[in-house]
Amino acid sequence: MNNLVILPLLIPLLTGIFLVIFRQNILLQRWLSIVAIFSTGGVAAYLLQMVADDGIQTLAIGGWEAPFGIVLVIDMFSGLLILTTSIVSFSCILFAFNSIGLEREQFYFYPFMLFLITGVNGSFLTGDLFNLFVCFEVMLISSYVLISLGGTKVQLRESIKYVVINIMSSTMFLLGIAYLYAITGTLNMAHLSVRIAEVGQQGLLTTVAILFLVVFSLKAALFLYFWLPGSYAAPPTAIGAIFGALLTKVGIYALFRMFTLVFYHQPEITHLLLGVMAALTMLLGGIGAVSQWDIRKIIAYNVIIAVGFIVSGLAVFTSTAVAGGIYYLLHDMIVKALLFLLGGTIIGIVGTSKLKEMSGLIRNHPLLGWMFFITVLALAGIPPLSGFIGKVLVIKGTLEAEFYWLAVIGLLSSLMVLYSVMKIFVNGFWGETYLSKEQEKGTTSGLLFPCILLTLVSIGFGLGVEGITFYVDQAANGLMNPDIYIKAVLKSP
Amino acid sequence: MKSNDVILQTVTKIVTFIILTFAIYLFLAGHHEPGGGFIGGLVITSALTLLYLAFDIETVREGLPVDFKVVAAIGVFIAVATGMGSLLFDQPFLSQTFGYFNLPIFGKTELATAVLFDLGVALAVVGTGVTIILSISGDA
Repeated sequence: MNNLVILPLLIPLLTGIFLVIFRQNILLQRWLSIVAIFSTGGVAAYLLQMVADDGIQTLAIGGWEAPFGIVLVIDMFSGLLILTTSIVSFSCILFAFNSIGLEREQFYFYPFMLFLITGVNGSFLTGDLFNLFVCFEVMLISSYVLISLGGTKVQLRESIKYVVINIMSSTMFLLGIAYLYAITGTLNMAHLSVRIAEVGQQGLLTTVAILFLVVFSLKAALFLYFWLPGSYAAPPTAIGAIFGALLTKVGIYALFRMFTLVFYHQPEITHLLLGVMAALTMLLGGIGAVSQWDIRKIIAYNVIIAVGFIVSGLAVFTSTAVAGGIYYLLHDMIVKALLFLLGGTIIGIVGTSKLKEMSGLIRNHPLLGWMFFITVLALAGIPPLSGFIGKVLVIKGTLEAEFYWLAVIGLLSSLMVLYSVMKIFVNGFWGETYLSKEQEKGTTSGLLFPCILLTLVSIGFGLGVEGITFYVDQAANGLMNPDIYIKAVLKSP
Repeated sequence: MKSNDVILQTVTKIVTFIILTFAIYLFLAGHHEPGGGFIGGLVITSALTLLYLAFDIETVREGLPVDFKVVAAIGVFIAVATGMGSLLFDQPFLSQTFGYFNLPIFGKTELATAVLFDLGVALAVVGTGVTIILSISGDA
């Protein structure tokens, strides 16, 4: 029992509720939410060190032990994700201070950001499948509010699609849970793993596994990504950034958890399917990104490509590839948020998101330009920036496991990423300067600081990779050996 | 045409109190028998809805000047905070306890911390329920 485990969920939840009561006091809203996120990050870092020293930490809520009650589990993988979530959301909320506008701030923007983070952290923490569904819903309902908040025409059009597709997938999620409970009689993930290992993963269980695969693929935008480019491009930058950085990643987390802990007995079916879907995601996402001339759309398609790349690490299912997948997942959360924020800043300055209507920004905004350049390099995986190590390990893993086609597509997708974001850089920053300082539609004041913060984290991640290796290796080891997780949760010797 | 709702209003004035009393009974019964914070909260909401129907929103708001969104928030806050109470005693989150006390009038009574949690649930349900009713009646 360790009560600290629940704090990453409780701190944002309580702060969010508190802020609903004081709706009009914007200053209080801003500072309390920043303090809450900061302390969540602090607790996450402390817990991470605790997991590194003493192994997986669990908390049985209300004293009802697993497998009967609901347990919260923090292992190295979820700990790393919670810490990264805190860093990303800290920057996004800082960015929102100067960009989101008074009207949205008065209509519960900060409380719903905090509820969203509650749902995300809850999904990472929970050790119970039904509880995972609940946390997904907390996250999704907050995201429904955030995506439609402000009620512009584009937002409303896209939010209808977003809500419908997510309700569909949530229904399927619930069906899958019901099937699984009917077959195994338990919903605790560790207990599920034990039971499925006992009876063997037969055809029926594999079918249920594929149902979960479809559900989480919809959430993670793995192959079933058709809803994503429109809806992530619709809301204001700060919201789009937190969506792009966090929401799909929760789906990826669920895929990693389910297909390493529970459904790992028939990789020749489930993991191969994951691999094929990952390859198609990278190819189609890449084509989408290359073909667009709208900054928001290009960035949204880049989210999709990265999803494919991370999942290909899981599909190969060797410890090298999974470790690479984790590195790339952490890197991608940071860099995608950064990309969204930088893109939003550019759009704010020019007043349009169409690449063909902008040029020569580097003359008046050198810092923004160079940061964008660094981000582009990090995205493409150029050493020593943060994308490098993840790409190397995933490609190495795919080659070792003789998934040559996946490796080729992975490398090809890097080129497409590089081309698509370089297009923004070349068109936006090079060339003649159309706009003088006075003609610009918006300023960068207060917007650059969160970007600088994330850029530094990204560079630090790349340069300090030696320090992180220990943690990521432990996370990958935990995923590849489900026994560690099961022993910690079920307290079996 | 102004409709005549004297009978509805007269009945409502009495019935509301019966419903509210029943709600409190359900709320307290919930610890061992069917009932509890959620049901109690729903019944309170139905009493308030009856008031809104019989009179009108403005009249009820004058008598009951509360922002129900805040009521819901306070309710959830109470529920989560009672869960956090167990952290102070180094018990797992959401742990509950109970004890028997000799109170005047009631005699030997069971008091449980779960009731505090339920109070939060009831307030949350009332706040949400009334907010939904007021929103779909076209007056946010």
